[in-house]
Amino acid sequence: MSHRGEFRGADSGAARDADIGLADRLRAGDERAFIVLLDRYATAMLRLASIYLPRAVAEEVVQDTWLGVLQGIGSFEARSSLKTWIFAILMNRARTHMQREGRSIPFSGLSDPAADPVEPAVDPSRFIVIADDPGWPYHWATPWPKSWGDSPEDRLLSKEVQAEIQCAIDGLPSSQREVITLCDIEGWEPAEVTAVLGITASNQRVLLHRARSKVRRALEQYFGEE
Amino acid sequence: MSRPEALSCNELVELVTEYLEGTLSATDRERFEEHLQKCEPCMIYLDQMRQTIRALGSLPEESIPEHAKQALLEAFRNWKKTQGA
Repeated sequence: MSHRGEFRGADSGAARDADIGLADRLRAGDERAFIVLLDRYATAMLRLASIYLPRAVAEEVVQDTWLGVLQGIGSFEARSSLKTWIFAILMNRARTHMQREGRSIPFSGLSDPAADPVEPAVDPSRFIVIADDPGWPYHWATPWPKSWGDSPEDRLLSKEVQAEIQCAIDGLPSSQREVITLCDIEGWEPAEVTAVLGITASNQRVLLHRARSKVRRALEQYFGEE
Repeated sequence: MSRPEALSCNELVELVTEYLEGTLSATDRERFEEHLQKCEPCMIYLDQMRQTIRALGSLPEESIPEHAKQALLEAFRNWKKTQGA
């Protein structure tokens, strides 16, 4: 069952109350509250940790994070949401692991996308530089983007297309991968993403834009239109 | 009243995320939508981005392995004992 985007569009006050309820139940030793949290967040935690670490180590970090949650729940004060608090613990554990293994740390919070080389969303060769019609400079050159069909939903949900998308995501720099994972795959609110990754809202949008544009490009190629 | 300068196609594709996230200024939003009304390939491009986002939200979930979940429940029960709960 999917819990993705559960709080999307929900009144954040209600989400906050639900958080406090769960935190209280967890503190009181309610195993069902623990299972609810596991079911809700463990998948996203594994997905996020797998960006920085090999799968087996990522699983270990997720396990370790939950132990940290149990140890720390007594002092959780709901200043942040329970979700961002749990994921902040995850990010700390992941960082610690990487430092211990002497890996460089590719977290988006440490990068400045504005300083990265410009990555156009679309290959510049797809646009006409000097237009005949001065009203339309830089218009699409032919072939134009083609519609992916009238009933693209089925096609987009096929296993082959999903594998294609996963492959495109795996090829992204980790800072872009973090953001697209939380925003689009997990359906988080932008404020949650910026809080957990420690990035500004504008950097979050730049990284998201670059990541989405590349996944679109991969799909366009897959559909044989370039 | 001077009209804002029209967007070109290669500018529009860079504003798609801001447009979809609702973070464009009112003026840019207007320029964006004005361009779309007249430009079929950009309309298709925007639709492709929307479909890409929907597809990303439909990727299959990968759960933590069952043995890991069992280990966590075990850890939870041990923790509970130490809490005297």
